[in-house]
Amino acid sequence: MASLSREEVAHVAQLARLNLTDEQLDTFTPQLAAILANAADVEALDLDDVPPTSHPYPLQNVWRPDVVRQSGVRDAVLAAAPATQDGMFRVPSVLGDAP
Amino acid sequence: MTTPAPRSAPNSSVLPEGWGMVIGLEVHCELATATKLFCGCPNHFGDQPNTNTCPTCLGLPGSLPVLNEHAVELAMRLGRALHCDVNRSVFSRKNYFYPDQPKDYQVTQYDLPTNLGGHLDLPSGHRIGITRAHIEEDTGKLNHVGGGGRIHDAEHSLVDYNRSGVPLVEIVSEADMRSSEQAKEYATELRAILLATGVSDAKMEEGSMRVDANVSVHHLGEPWGTRCEIKNLNSVRSLGRAIDHEALRQIDLLNNGETVRQETRHWDEASGRTGTLRVKEDADDYRYFPEPDLVPLVPSAADIARIDAALPVLPAARRSALADAAGVLATSGGVVVAVERGLDHLAQAAIRSGADAGRVLTHVEHNLAVDGAAALSPEGFGDLVKMETSGELTATQAKTVLAEMVATGGAPAAIAQARGFEALDGSALEGIIDGLIAAHAEEWEHFRNGDDKARGKLTGFFVGKVMQASNGQADGKAATALLRAKAGL
Repeated sequence: MASLSREEVAHVAQLARLNLTDEQLDTFTPQLAAILANAADVEALDLDDVPPTSHPYPLQNVWRPDVVRQSGVRDAVLAAAPATQDGMFRVPSVLGDAP
Repeated sequence: MTTPAPRSAPNSSVLPEGWGMVIGLEVHCELATATKLFCGCPNHFGDQPNTNTCPTCLGLPGSLPVLNEHAVELAMRLGRALHCDVNRSVFSRKNYFYPDQPKDYQVTQYDLPTNLGGHLDLPSGHRIGITRAHIEEDTGKLNHVGGGGRIHDAEHSLVDYNRSGVPLVEIVSEADMRSSEQAKEYATELRAILLATGVSDAKMEEGSMRVDANVSVHHLGEPWGTRCEIKNLNSVRSLGRAIDHEALRQIDLLNNGETVRQETRHWDEASGRTGTLRVKEDADDYRYFPEPDLVPLVPSAADIARIDAALPVLPAARRSALADAAGVLATSGGVVVAVERGLDHLAQAAIRSGADAGRVLTHVEHNLAVDGAAALSPEGFGDLVKMETSGELTATQAKTVLAEMVATGGAPAAIAQARGFEALDGSALEGIIDGLIAAHAEEWEHFRNGDDKARGKLTGFFVGKVMQASNGQADGKAATALLRAKAGL
């Protein structure tokens, strides 16, 4: 039986950069718990012989040849950006390197 | 194959008595494809910012990724070169917010990577386990502006997405290394394999091969400590320095009663120190889930057999072949250097022609390794070594002739003759030495009756005079032997 704590919801919200108020946490925690409980019905089944499904389609090994195709979109995309400099996107300084 | 060594390596000499270090490496290498992993943009370093971008690698709405077949081929090739099993694999999204990824997630492989469970044999004989080698996309490049270019003081950042979506393989080793020397060896050997297989151009200075080190310390015989990950290692030398510095920093902390915090640290080459970058996030925090826009990769047995058949002879096997031909250990310096510099075929051919293997390897290690062997033919090289062995040329003369052979491709006999090189015969050498003894009676007395230190110095003195008197044609070893014989030693 899946259960979900208020702290877990707050943590997941933080990871998604969502600022939830206390009232919103109170609202969403039981809602999310109910969704998980729904999925937990599946856990009751014996699925040892069923491989995990990552995709619904019966497809594999879909690829393209390694051939260059220039898009030529750079100037249009830069023109649509909030701020640019020297052909680059200008963004607020972010502390630290990539996670 | 190289003989696998025991998994426990000797303690690193830089650590205080009783301490050990444990190192695992994560190496990212950019694959040598023409295009990016999921779009047709050029995979090319050094172009004008953002010229190699399209809606897919800029993460624009409505765009979809299509996998590059050649990237898969190269990743599998590397996996087989590292003795991995190639498996059915699935791409996942690794979610995080940072402007180096316009999509707010990186496409990588998580629980089902392409390559699993291999190993890499170091030239020194140690076998390092490979946990996995998975395919993922590279990120864009951030240029921090203002604050002297330092990350923490930057006023804003400029983003270039030319690198965003470039195909990478991340090779994760087991924590099998016990010294910075082994870590350097691993990085060097892995680079040699990447080059030999054509998987990557593996340029550390351009970032097409990037090494992160996980380092922890412990009291020998006790459990391993908390590890820190070090980033920003731009050369093999930085890798070694950073590991030693980090291990000593952790030991200092523990000796002062503090604890090591699991975190990512940034190596600063100029100051020779590591600094905190951020506290490490847990894997859960990335909220991995299968990438719905890309279907599973399922290599067939025939694919794997074809890749195996096309693999070039790898450095470890080349070392072992040369070692067998020379009758020495695969870990010996001459063998390692010969393979590293691509001189092993030359050395083997010379040895096969009957030249003395020890002298061949000595020339490779000390005279050819630095400047290369440009115009040198295996036959000429073999002949030169034979002339040296027979006493027709002294070691010094042989070195001079070899340098000219490398430059001009000439035959050793002709070069030796043109330079007037003829080894001194025994009687001429004796005549020179007798003359020197008469002229330097006091030094000779010290040579005969002095202690080892004095004799060592005076040996240099007399042999130098012999060389002068013979215009460099005397053989130093023969001169030393004759001096000692005359002194009754």
